[in-house]
Amino acid sequence: MTAPWPQIDALAASVRNRERSAEETVRTALERSSAHEDLGIFLHVDEARALDAARAVDRRALEGHDLPLAGVPIAVKDNLCTREVPTTCGSRILENFIPPYDATAIARLQDAGAVVVGKTNLDEFAMGSSNENSAFGSVKNPWDTTRAPGGSSGGSAAAVAAGIVPVALGSDTGGSIRQPAAFCGTVGLKPTYGRVSRYGLVAFGSSLDQIGPLTNRVGDAARVLTIIAGGDPRDATCSNDPVPDVTEALEGGVEGLRIGLPKEYLGEGIEPSVREAVSDAAERLAAGGAQVREVSLPHTSYAIPAYYVVATCEASSNLARFDGIHYGRRAVASDLATTYERSRTEGLGAEVRRRILLGTFALSAGHYDAYYDRAMRVRTLIRRDFELAFESVDALISPAGPTPAFRLGEKTQDPLEMYLADILTVAANLAGVPGLVVPEKLVEFEGAALPVGVQLMGPMWSEATLLRIGHYLERTRGDLPAPPIGGRS
Amino acid sequence: MIEPETVLKVARLARLELSEEESARLAVELGRILSHVDRLEELDVTDVPPVMHGTGGSDVYREDAAGPTLSVRDALANAPDAADGCFRVPKVIDDA
Repeated sequence: MTAPWPQIDALAASVRNRERSAEETVRTALERSSAHEDLGIFLHVDEARALDAARAVDRRALEGHDLPLAGVPIAVKDNLCTREVPTTCGSRILENFIPPYDATAIARLQDAGAVVVGKTNLDEFAMGSSNENSAFGSVKNPWDTTRAPGGSSGGSAAAVAAGIVPVALGSDTGGSIRQPAAFCGTVGLKPTYGRVSRYGLVAFGSSLDQIGPLTNRVGDAARVLTIIAGGDPRDATCSNDPVPDVTEALEGGVEGLRIGLPKEYLGEGIEPSVREAVSDAAERLAAGGAQVREVSLPHTSYAIPAYYVVATCEASSNLARFDGIHYGRRAVASDLATTYERSRTEGLGAEVRRRILLGTFALSAGHYDAYYDRAMRVRTLIRRDFELAFESVDALISPAGPTPAFRLGEKTQDPLEMYLADILTVAANLAGVPGLVVPEKLVEFEGAALPVGVQLMGPMWSEATLLRIGHYLERTRGDLPAPPIGGRS
Repeated sequence: MIEPETVLKVARLARLELSEEESARLAVELGRILSHVDRLEELDVTDVPPVMHGTGGSDVYREDAAGPTLSVRDALANAPDAADGCFRVPKVIDDA
């Protein structure tokens, strides 16, 4: 029952050729989701709807429609709107919210023949690094169920790692695709800001948010990107530039590429086994003909403070819409102001309220210049660090987080400690550049065998290069074992 | 660093209710986060412009033409309370 998923190109081809039906393919994913119910991955699974959609794909395939993702079962993070299907953002305030439209990225995948099997658990409104901020319970890491799957796209990463689906969508505001990918041993891609439409993604930090895929293989992430990327009249920040076919150059190797090791990403506080994984990968790149050299991103240590100002300011504004009036849960009160206050206080969890307060404070009269304006200037310095580095290298290789998956409950007492875990991922969002995480190896950490990934970052719009390097690393790495729970053997 | 009274004032701006106990706890938590954020003051940013746009792109225009929009029914479908094609809210104006 738990054979690994083939590459999605091959899977879709077999559905188009009628070697297997979309219906049986989706049924397999649904069976696996029930078998792994105890991992807490899904907030919503609608079997009947998924099977109907699969049968519709079978009919379209029979009619000869070109469906690059025919019958590919996908899971989507529950902050992406799905028409007629509940979308909670992991929050009580949206417990009963049923969107009247699909996110553009989801609509494009469905047009290509993919079938949504379920909505995945997340930190409430994507605010968190461990999935423990979900109002509906935490996801467990398939490698060790006492550990966090990472966050905030923890459900999406666990769904792929446990072999339930070959593809899941996540969103990444400060590392929320890349860090869970590293914790769960999957591939995770945060595209360049503006590469993928954010229409239908419930906004957290609008200048930072991007939607991207979590997959078993780099080639699958490349395929998904070709389908979800590209201009959308419904998102004015989404680039209308033509999207290159990032699957074409995958096999190109790394000969002649210049790869930078940012020294600030390999210093104090990084677990030795994580550092070693990056050196192993860098050695293979050098063996493949790449020039690997040390570079510096001098403002790295300011990325966390700048990020937590920018992200919370944007969040405080974006989350003002949750007022209990237009949608979501309303508390009963006799006047309007108390209705707003009580609905928000009862409906929003502790971390979301904390961030709204922080952002509101940083934007309030007398504090705007010291916090928001200053953080936006520091953001320029961080962006310049990357621009300067990319004058001498084509991509950067680094860890995605300081440690492998930490334990559930380990960082929940101290919000600042949880924020600091994002140190290696937030800069890419501040600068808008793409980041790709590729699993590298299994390591022993605190007595558990856990995956470690490496992160590749490149200039704006350099996804094709990152995917090519990632594919090379994957090809030269050898197979990784499957998690003890799940079926990616 | 930050007083519980300030936290209460900010909570009112953000339309959140806080008990006294919560505002005291949040004053400590937010204070710790803000003292980390204060590291930003080490940098001289006088001549550094703030980031104003995610991709540095230009304005985006579209045709000023009507397109498909949500129906009133769909738009109200998630409302906790609605009547006569409108969202219904508690009384805003006092009888006097």
